[in-house]
Amino acid sequence: MGPQHPMTHGLWNMRVQVDGETITDAAPEIGYLHRGYEKIMEVREFQKNVVLTDRLCYVSSITWSHAYCLAVEKMMGIDVPDRAKWMRVISLELQRVASHLMWLAAFGPDLGLLTGLLWALRERELFLDLIQVMAGARMNQNYPRIGGVRNDFPENFDAMCRRSIEHFREKLVEYRKLFHDSKVFHMRTRGVGRISTADAIDWGVTGPNLRACGVNVDLRRLDPYESYEDVDFEPQVWKGREGGDSYARFICRFNELEESCGIILQAFEKMPKDGAFRVKPPRRAEGEGFARTEDSRGEALFYVCGDGDDRPYRVKIRSPVFCTMAATPIMLRGNKLADVVAILGSIDVCVGEMDK
Amino acid sequence: MSAPALHPPITGRPVPGAEVEILAQIGSRFPDKVRDPSVVRPRVLKITIDRADLVEVARYLKDVLGFEHLSCVTAVDWKDHFESVYHLSNWYNGTILQVNAHIPYDDPRIDSLVPLWNAANYHEREAWDLMGVVYEGHPNLERILLPKDFKFHPLRKEFAQEVDRQYISRRKLKGGK
Repeated sequence: MGPQHPMTHGLWNMRVQVDGETITDAAPEIGYLHRGYEKIMEVREFQKNVVLTDRLCYVSSITWSHAYCLAVEKMMGIDVPDRAKWMRVISLELQRVASHLMWLAAFGPDLGLLTGLLWALRERELFLDLIQVMAGARMNQNYPRIGGVRNDFPENFDAMCRRSIEHFREKLVEYRKLFHDSKVFHMRTRGVGRISTADAIDWGVTGPNLRACGVNVDLRRLDPYESYEDVDFEPQVWKGREGGDSYARFICRFNELEESCGIILQAFEKMPKDGAFRVKPPRRAEGEGFARTEDSRGEALFYVCGDGDDRPYRVKIRSPVFCTMAATPIMLRGNKLADVVAILGSIDVCVGEMDK
Repeated sequence: MSAPALHPPITGRPVPGAEVEILAQIGSRFPDKVRDPSVVRPRVLKITIDRADLVEVARYLKDVLGFEHLSCVTAVDWKDHFESVYHLSNWYNGTILQVNAHIPYDDPRIDSLVPLWNAANYHEREAWDLMGVVYEGHPNLERILLPKDFKFHPLRKEFAQEVDRQYISRRKLKGGK
């Protein structure tokens, strides 16, 4: 299946071996979108790489460029101002909601639910508008900076966010009726693509896909970065029996929409009203540093080495989808061929970050 | 989990002071095999080992200390030697441990960690593909991102790329470097 297939959401290939209708084995084939990021970044200055990391995943640019900035800050030993930390939290959560809505918009049509596509993309515009007001662009915002963020929030940004979130929460009720209450949706997703907790940890599955197995691991809570320590939120973990299937992954992601909205509103109340939003980073740096963040798809890790030049000596990108992809054969084995889209749609593939 | 009694259930919250305790345990178990163990920042540890001790140390870290998640495997070309860098996460107390293993330049081989973590499979394939470090014992060490007939390991420093800046910076115009 692939590289040109409606379920791939990008360009990759899944070799599926079938016995009748049942999948006996599968092997992902990736690399179609390999652009040599780690090599290109070695010849660009630290700050300029933010533009590149934005394009790692066009659906969640801010989370990726933020992870890179965080790693460089750890290497340089910079402390970000308090206000910038809160601004980052808000921008990250806005991006997370937009990213999850893009996933929902892709997951719906995978199951033949075209209403999901239209609704989710409609609500995603709300959040893209907010991001546009905040950073000046709908996508590839180039917003985080090494040492803070690029610009201050516009006037009345908190009121805009509140209004949009209020509207979005009303819509979430309708979403529940569309997805949760649909018998067909349950039949397509329940019990397919199951992966056990031990396998998921062993293969390096992270993020909502791991929480769907009932493992309470959210790096925003377990290894807090920025201001997440002071935010009161509940990591979305599958609490029922027999998790780890497509439905559990859907539930975890879907509940994160609501949770992220709560974080945004809290952050506006807790953030300092004024203060610096950026510090000037040193131009050159030596040493090594790494940072891991909770991307919308899982654990994003950047490992940056410097040799005293104004460019990184080596950058390593740990993409959550790359690791989850290694575990897909386990999820697929034993399922029917028609369920492949229901399984691969639920893990939220983003080829840009997978192939680097 | 081989030693469930040692590990509390995963609560999703960090355990304060866990990094110091882990460092002490590593230090007492491998007094001469682990070099410069240090706490980089809260919840972040770093150790350096020799490539021959990798599997032994990694098995101890996984089975006894609860580092059950292999986050990342990186290969770094330091021109005179390679380094294989492992990031291991502990889901029980939120710590992450960086293990640097030294590899000589003329013999880029190191043992594979696939027998311990299946997650190492793709990471090691990628590191071999892009950096040319051979992970011995890997079940399927093939190119993963680049085409199968590609002849080079592009992340090595000897693999040429356009390093000049593509424009003249203001600093350069003023006579700077």
